[in-house]
Amino acid sequence: MDSPPALAVRGLSKAFDRPAVDRLDLTIRAGEFYALLGPNGAGKTTTLRMVVGLLKPDAGTISVGGVDALADPIDAKRQMAWVSDEPMIYDKLTPLEYLEFVAGLWNVEATKAERTANELIDWLGLRPHVDERCEGFSRGMRQKVALAGALVHDPKLIILDEPLTGLDAGTARQVKDLLHARVQAGGTVIMTTHILEVAERMAERIGVLSSGHLIAEGTLAELRLRAGRGGSLEDVFLTLVADNSTAAA
Amino acid sequence: MRVSLGWLARHEFRLTWRDWQSMITAGNKRDLGTALTVLLVVGLALHLPAYALLGKLGGVPVAPDVSTYIAISLIACLYTSLLLSQAMESVTRTLYSRGDLDLVMSSPVSALRLFSVRILANAVLIALLGMMFAAPLVDVLTLTGGVRWLAGYAVAAAVGLAASALAVAITIGLFRLLGPRRTRIVAQIVAALIGAAFAIGIQVIAILYYGTLGRSSFVIPPDLAARAPGPDSAVWLPARAVMGDPLALAIVIAAAAAIVIVVMLVFAPRLGEHSLAATDLPPASRHHHRRAFAPGSVAAALRHKEWRLLRRDPWLVSQTLTQLLYLIPAALLLMRNLGQTTGVLVVLVMVLVTVGAQLGGALAWLAVSGEDAPELIATAPVASRAVTRAKVEAVIAAVATVLGPLVIGLAFLSPLHAIAAALGLLCGAVSTIQIQLWFRAQAKRSHFRRRHTSSRIATFGEALVSFSWASAAGLAAAGTWFAAVSVATALIILIAVRAVSPRKAALV
Repeated sequence: MDSPPALAVRGLSKAFDRPAVDRLDLTIRAGEFYALLGPNGAGKTTTLRMVVGLLKPDAGTISVGGVDALADPIDAKRQMAWVSDEPMIYDKLTPLEYLEFVAGLWNVEATKAERTANELIDWLGLRPHVDERCEGFSRGMRQKVALAGALVHDPKLIILDEPLTGLDAGTARQVKDLLHARVQAGGTVIMTTHILEVAERMAERIGVLSSGHLIAEGTLAELRLRAGRGGSLEDVFLTLVADNSTAAA
Repeated sequence: MRVSLGWLARHEFRLTWRDWQSMITAGNKRDLGTALTVLLVVGLALHLPAYALLGKLGGVPVAPDVSTYIAISLIACLYTSLLLSQAMESVTRTLYSRGDLDLVMSSPVSALRLFSVRILANAVLIALLGMMFAAPLVDVLTLTGGVRWLAGYAVAAAVGLAASALAVAITIGLFRLLGPRRTRIVAQIVAALIGAAFAIGIQVIAILYYGTLGRSSFVIPPDLAARAPGPDSAVWLPARAVMGDPLALAIVIAAAAAIVIVVMLVFAPRLGEHSLAATDLPPASRHHHRRAFAPGSVAAALRHKEWRLLRRDPWLVSQTLTQLLYLIPAALLLMRNLGQTTGVLVVLVMVLVTVGAQLGGALAWLAVSGEDAPELIATAPVASRAVTRAKVEAVIAAVATVLGPLVIGLAFLSPLHAIAAALGLLCGAVSTIQIQLWFRAQAKRSHFRRRHTSSRIATFGEALVSFSWASAAGLAAAGTWFAAVSVATALIILIAVRAVSPRKAALV
């Protein structure tokens, strides 16, 4: 029997003063690296915030690993991790204390959590700062701690909103390597980014959102076909968005 | 083109005004009218106690006796301590916030010019604050004694200017003496203590003289008056200035201006460097006593996190515990009025309950509204009720840790009083925590001192319900059934606050 998709969204809608997400359908397979692209205000963050339970949808369904996230949010959250563009960490805790707390929230057994936390600390190059409080950390280090927090409970689905914003090249490489390794190990990654080269190199499939609608989806080759042109993802993306704007007008 | 002082000043005053506006409206611009109306109403209401306190002083002649000089100087000192506290808090905040520092320090404008204007803007703000605080007293004195008392406004402004300049000098002095990391905490604790000293002092004076304060009964001990300098001494210049002596007034204003100018010349050139050093602090202290991950429930993880964050923020701890100092005058008042009839223990019960309830509200704000990673908690597989319950447990445990030993000590003297205190504490703390849950609004922990502006209803509700539970516990300890009336009052207040709250969430 096929395993359920990592994420299935049907008819998802959310309006603030205007529709932010409009009857969105999206399916992301387990073990996939999926990049969600779109211009500013396209509805990417709103979509992901509804998926992780930070926003209540006006309409639609969300299924995470076969679990109805609206009916059983706790079970759905158990499978997910959320990393926002602003690292959510505590200034007065050290990285290990933060990871201990996150593991506690996800009810991970203490010995296993400690082992995983130390592996992540080493992998992300945080060992020299492991006994320092996070208040003195740079943005890149804070993002690494937040990422370690997202991984310490071994989620099946990791959702990241602009995780590379403001990171230096070295840190960005570490984050990308870590995400790649998660997908290799069978995990699913959904990421929004404005750095199209990253999406081009890392994502197996790419979804393009505009004005709350999914205007295109597929591999880079499929998107090129759809756009009717070759070139980089940036060229294809700009063409798709421009075509959509023209059609809407 | 050389940047003019006027242009810089206009920029600084605009920023200062908007910062103040944001502080009194909790960041909601539309609330400015409401906030100003509340300020005006409170200001007008304060004229009544000011009249009760000073109504009869207005007719004092320009050259009165030393006792009157001492009384006026005492009040002036108390005002100075309040303004100094405000100024130190403001200077520390400015020093430790990066803000536009990179921009202004990289601009081709001299540091002396830039930071002189910044010091001056802060001084003017504190001076205005001083005039505002002094308004009820000065107005009452002017109405009852004539326009000469309007000089009080000028003295209040001068005191504000001088206090602000002194705050810069003290803070930079601490900075050089203790280094940037310690100064932040020490300066804010000193500011809080100076402010508390003002509040306590003014209330103690009010309690000691309330109802008898006036020209004829402004009783300064005769031996103190006898040992004080004579009426012509320069010590009484500020008092003489307040009373409208033109020469004294001119000297006070000139002295304040001189202090501001000296501080600007001495400290402005390096203020930017100090601020950069303060905001470029290296990582905080290391903890070598690493321990293994503790097994436990989700609730335990949440509780331990809250306690750890509280323990590690000495500034927040000092801000919270400073509240306890404000209850000293209340204890004094209660002891004067009740101590002889219903016993000191009843007073102690009431004070404990009031402190516990206030502490509960403050800590609940930190745990609930001051959550640093709300999205992490919201995306965790934990029901929001379980999160709330764990946080409430953490707060109640913290209150019990602070006040529990006192209740246990009370039990050795009188088990009945201890039971009344414990029950009152629990009810008071749970009530104020519940109000914080109803009015929760995400904020930074560093905005702890501004939490009262986010909801005035919550602030008043907390105060009223605290006093109601204190009264109920005290009356119960005194063995009277009137305690039931206070319990009913507390419950009615809670129902009323809940009815107007934006979030009618249940406690557990």
